[in-house]
Amino acid sequence: MKKKRNLMQSIAAAPHIAWAVLFILMPLFIVIYYAFTDADGAFSFENVTGLSEYASIFGLSIELSVIATFICLLIGYPLAYIIARSKPKHQKLFLMLLMLPMWTNLLIRTYSIMAIFDDGGFLNSLLGTEWHIIGTKGAVIFGMVYDFLPYMVLPIYTCISKIDPKMWEAAADLGCNTTRTLTRVIFPLSVSGIISGVTMVFVPSISTFYISQKLGGGTFELIGDTIERQFVSNALNTGAAISLVMMVLILISLSIMNRFGEEEGEVIV
Amino acid sequence: MKHRIFALLTALLLLLPLLFTLVACGNTEDEDEEEGEEVVVPAGTLVLNVYNWGEYISDGFEGSYDTNAEFEKYYFEKTGQKVKVNYSTYATNEDMYAKLKSGAGNYDVIFPSDYMIEKMANEGMLYAFNPAETVENFQYINEDFKGLYHDPEDVYSVAYSYGMVGIIYNAAMVDEEDVADESWDLLWNEKYRSKILQFNNPRDAFATAQYLLGIDVNSNDKADWDRAFEKLLEQKELVQGYVSDEIYNKMESGSAAIGTYYAGDYITMVAENEDLVFYYPAEGTNVFVDAMCIPANAQHKQLAIEYINFMLSSDAAIANAEYIGYACPNRLVYEDETYQEYMGEDGMAILYGSEGVNDRYRDAAGNPIDPAYHDFTPEMQAYVNMLWENLKTENSIEVWIHVTAALIVIGAVTLIVTTTVMKKKRMKDYFLHTASDGAAPAKETAPVKEPASPKETAPKKEPTPDGASESAEEKTSE
Repeated sequence: MKKKRNLMQSIAAAPHIAWAVLFILMPLFIVIYYAFTDADGAFSFENVTGLSEYASIFGLSIELSVIATFICLLIGYPLAYIIARSKPKHQKLFLMLLMLPMWTNLLIRTYSIMAIFDDGGFLNSLLGTEWHIIGTKGAVIFGMVYDFLPYMVLPIYTCISKIDPKMWEAAADLGCNTTRTLTRVIFPLSVSGIISGVTMVFVPSISTFYISQKLGGGTFELIGDTIERQFVSNALNTGAAISLVMMVLILISLSIMNRFGEEEGEVIV
Repeated sequence: MKHRIFALLTALLLLLPLLFTLVACGNTEDEDEEEGEEVVVPAGTLVLNVYNWGEYISDGFEGSYDTNAEFEKYYFEKTGQKVKVNYSTYATNEDMYAKLKSGAGNYDVIFPSDYMIEKMANEGMLYAFNPAETVENFQYINEDFKGLYHDPEDVYSVAYSYGMVGIIYNAAMVDEEDVADESWDLLWNEKYRSKILQFNNPRDAFATAQYLLGIDVNSNDKADWDRAFEKLLEQKELVQGYVSDEIYNKMESGSAAIGTYYAGDYITMVAENEDLVFYYPAEGTNVFVDAMCIPANAQHKQLAIEYINFMLSSDAAIANAEYIGYACPNRLVYEDETYQEYMGEDGMAILYGSEGVNDRYRDAAGNPIDPAYHDFTPEMQAYVNMLWENLKTENSIEVWIHVTAALIVIGAVTLIVTTTVMKKKRMKDYFLHTASDGAAPAKETAPVKEPASPKETAPKKEPTPDGASESAEEKTSE
């Protein structure tokens, strides 16, 4: 009986394993292969060692995504808290409103932001001003926050709404006022939500190329743009090397965050 | 049991598509066609695989001329043989090249640009079909588009469409005297700071500076590229942005005053904003030619030649030229009255009025320089890419970004460290309390934590009243 069940399980798992191998492991392997070979296919470290040239692009990408993630957290946490604390009927409405922009394609949304904030665009002609917004770093950060905010709110919301209401009562019984309940009880309990939110905003922000291309006016490059251009100009090896380094960077930052999360988890439990 | 049935069902469900593809593959093998994805083809029908740029053929949209359907009809009437055109598109020469090189696609007709034709011909990827002898309508191609550098013997390609880069400006925003000399200089005019648009690809952007400075766009001398780089760097603080297709919006809405783009696209823009004016810079400018070629490994070479011939016939060529909006090297098109009417006098003047624009593009010795882009050597490609990156990263990080990002990181780290330290301290206090109370059970969970905590919290050990109350609270809540 037990053996048979294992067979069943492996049959059920087969498509997923095939999927993972075909679309996760193989591409990863191809990236690694290209990163460590030169144009003729010979083994080489040059692609990776030559990446110091891109240090400032890496730096800018990381800094912009850190800022965007932080702003998302600042806006997203209170929003998630408010939604989670509202009546169930309203919760659905709020969540739908939050998701509503995501029904429109990301590229179209980004393009629309460009049309609105452009010099002589909708906003400037409406107010009769000459603000130069598109083409600044601020515009790119705004684009990241706008596009990825729901990814911050949703996990935090899920986390907070799962907290037993009795926690609030207990905290109140034990003499906590609202602020103290929030900082000492709710916030620690929602750390896991914050961590997945931060991850889900930070990773797409750091690798975006469309937002920076359109809203940054092309006056500067983020690492996503660089990778895209390398591939377009057929410099596959350099492109693969940058992708690989970025993957490693993301992996490191995620593991740091997760460690922090685990520690919190210990205390929560 | 339920679980097992469910698992089995899921597995079957997921396997279904796989089964279908297997069955489908089996079918195509019968027909002796190796199309892969193209499955529903009745027996006896030839499949012609055409690989073209996106939006580069009149496709029957909204009742316009459907080139591929017309070809199928034409060929059936002519030979009685049924043909199906399997049409797919690409976005860049490099995409197309990569696909052919990897052998992932099998195509009969492709539309590469000049430098790509040179490269592919050198690599033996093109079929030498000698159009002058095999393609009847080749005679209508303008002599200027025969024997170009990428195919000097005219064996690999038939010109399909060509275009030139020029400067577009908004007459309502730019003063007359600034454009009097029709120079590339306009893109460097400080008067229009933040109103200038530059190309967002290295090749075209560097070329604007190279034409202005009279440098060969195909120079292999790095110093030449450095000079162009300096010029672009000088321009950087003046430009509003480096753009590609965004230029349509920006020029049409008047958010930018000066830009540089292709003549054919200007005609689209001027239809939206009448103030826009176009000129070919006097110093010379880029000419690109896209041509029809047959890959060396094409399966239906004869049919491909028929297709190319059909594309050059009057109806198809005019419909395509009108649809694309770029200049056409086919006499049957540009001498046709309905076409001329469709393009209008201004349109014709711009598309076909580029004669002599490259007369002044000469080297120091006064010899004309070829304004077309040739393929880079890998070394030059890497160097140009590097210069382009330097251009983009120059002064690109502003101080406030450093400061804000640093503050956030410092803040996050302090938060993490303080909470961790506080927690450990609390734990310690908690265990001390429980231990002094003589409660044994709590101690069992303690040993893991205890050795580490005293060391870490030792320097901070200040048993303040606040700390005490905190620990008490923690204890009760747990």
